[in-house]
Amino acid sequence: MLSIRNLHAGIEGKEILNGINLEIKAGEVHAIMGPNGSGKSTLASVLAGRQVYEVSRGSIDFLGKDLLELSAEDRAREGLFLAFQYPVEIPGLTTTNFIKTAVNETRKYRGEDPLDAVAFLKLMREKMALVNIDQSLLSRSLNEGFSGGEKKRNEIFQMAMLQPKLAILDETDSGLDIDAIRVVASGVNKLRNKENAVLLVTHYQRLLDYITPDFVHVLYNGRIVRSGPKELALELEERGYDFIKHENGLAAEV
Amino acid sequence: MTSTVTYLKEQFKQGPSNGREGILHDLRQNAYHRFNTFGIPTAKHEEWKYTRVSGLFNKEYQFGNSASASSLTQKEILHSGILPLHDGANILVFVNGLYSASLSVVRSSQLQVLPLEEAAFGEYRDIISAHLGRSSSSINDGINALNTAFFHGGLFIHAKPGLVTGHPVYVYYIADSRSGNVFSQPRLLVHLGENARLELVETFSTIGDSESFTNKVTEIVVEQDARLEYYTIQNDSNQSSQVNTTHIRQTGRSHTHSVIISLNGALIRNNLNLVFEAPYCESRLYGLYCLNGQSHIDNHTVVDNTKPNCLSNELYKGIVGGNATAVFNGKIFVRQDAQKTNAYQSNKNILVSDTATVNSKPQLEIFADDVKCSHGCTVGSLDDEALFYLRSRGLSEDHAKSLLLQAFALDILEKINSVPVRTYVNELISQRLEIDLP
Repeated sequence: MLSIRNLHAGIEGKEILNGINLEIKAGEVHAIMGPNGSGKSTLASVLAGRQVYEVSRGSIDFLGKDLLELSAEDRAREGLFLAFQYPVEIPGLTTTNFIKTAVNETRKYRGEDPLDAVAFLKLMREKMALVNIDQSLLSRSLNEGFSGGEKKRNEIFQMAMLQPKLAILDETDSGLDIDAIRVVASGVNKLRNKENAVLLVTHYQRLLDYITPDFVHVLYNGRIVRSGPKELALELEERGYDFIKHENGLAAEV
Repeated sequence: MTSTVTYLKEQFKQGPSNGREGILHDLRQNAYHRFNTFGIPTAKHEEWKYTRVSGLFNKEYQFGNSASASSLTQKEILHSGILPLHDGANILVFVNGLYSASLSVVRSSQLQVLPLEEAAFGEYRDIISAHLGRSSSSINDGINALNTAFFHGGLFIHAKPGLVTGHPVYVYYIADSRSGNVFSQPRLLVHLGENARLELVETFSTIGDSESFTNKVTEIVVEQDARLEYYTIQNDSNQSSQVNTTHIRQTGRSHTHSVIISLNGALIRNNLNLVFEAPYCESRLYGLYCLNGQSHIDNHTVVDNTKPNCLSNELYKGIVGGNATAVFNGKIFVRQDAQKTNAYQSNKNILVSDTATVNSKPQLEIFADDVKCSHGCTVGSLDDEALFYLRSRGLSEDHAKSLLLQAFALDILEKINSVPVRTYVNELISQRLEIDLP
């Protein structure tokens, strides 16, 4: 589904990703872990098409398309979803209105008719139950005055509505208490199936207690320095990131 | 000396057409002297620094007379598709600055509508004498004086207690420029008696392809326990310019609520001058300008607190694109006696093109020591992160921009309490934000 080859990217001439290689297949859950500043969020941003990052080398193939040639909106319409680390507050735009526009623009792109009010409401009710989000929250301005947990739940609700092929969760657990993590993780688990894939970007192991990854990758200084089964996450939790830094002989610089 | 001014001065020497002046005589004479003293403001005048009106006086115009008022029919006006309509409304039509009774419809029995010149001699003589030209006398610019010196065909509206908002008053200022450039000077005095409620809607439209220049003055007096809702819609042709001055005086403990929406015009200067002349007055002042092309809009507002315990809350927002220019100047005065004043003011702008300009200047002048006041202004562009957030959900860049701008405009639009006016304005704003802006 997603194939990243030798990806180099940076911001304002400063290279952050130094040759990433990663293969994700349908039905898989991958976790990207790494210390602060290793390039995790940059990778998520480059995949979603955030314009401030420049890709200098490498390629990304997503479902047979050259992802780097697509605009941010076309990536979304092709089935890529980024759950934001810091969802944006937009006073004056309700979540309902926003997500309806998003769903119908995506349908239009795929040559499908827009959902009418009844069908949309039905879909919304179904997905609301899935992520345990309240109608009153969705009638309010997008994320405005939401708690950290409500914002992240809203991200998962949007994901449920858009039914992406690949969902990238960027530090979705950051700032959440354990109950909120459970709710968010349970939503993600319910949305998993053989057709889609999930890429979890996280600093801590704790989210992986609730969403079990098939593969764990450790990102350090813009490269994947280690990949392994889910047990790798536990090893990281136990030993900290320092051993990774030592293994890579760059501890002195950090 | 400019051609228009020369012409007007000759007219003034000939005196008013009907010869009956009474209490209006001194008012006109004084205004004429002030006009001669102050003249047409140039860019050197601090209040007119960013808005140059002198050029408008160098053009040749036809001047409003009763013959031109009759050539338009009610049908032509009401079905022009350029005005907000409301079945229950009282409709008051000015053509080229002159009130036209034949084109107007007065539906409310609590509403007294009389030509100003006529009202100055009858039952309402004392009200006219007490209030006409009162608030404008403090303004030291020649343009306001020009209206007062030459007003003719103006209107007096008296709202008696109990007028409900189901019968709002829609005033249409029509400029008929089908046979050439037209200059008009409408004048309105609105008096809300004790306990009266009034919804007043003013709109400006030019019918015809030539230029129009309107120098309008509205004076509104709000007595004890009265309540005014006041909406202004400016969506005129690219050939139309106006200096739109409104003086509101809250003479008793009362409430006013105003929203001014500006979408189109060549040059628009709005002066909104509000004076609290009694304690415990309240006013909400809102404005939204959404411009493109070559439009120039200037909103000058004054909130003058002369008595204690008054509250004003002012928010003006602007979306400025194309080569358009927006000016905002908001003054709040808190006089020595006006303790416990609460006065808030904010102006927020979004620039949507590289060639648009905003000049914003909030001002506070406080002479009392126990007050709560704040002011501020922002000028920026659309938030890139918000734009990316929307696009990352599959919204096109244009669609995302449009939604963000509509969201920005919303907190002004939702201050329009009148459903027909809000529906009408919402439609105009969404058209503008979907199609026109870059």
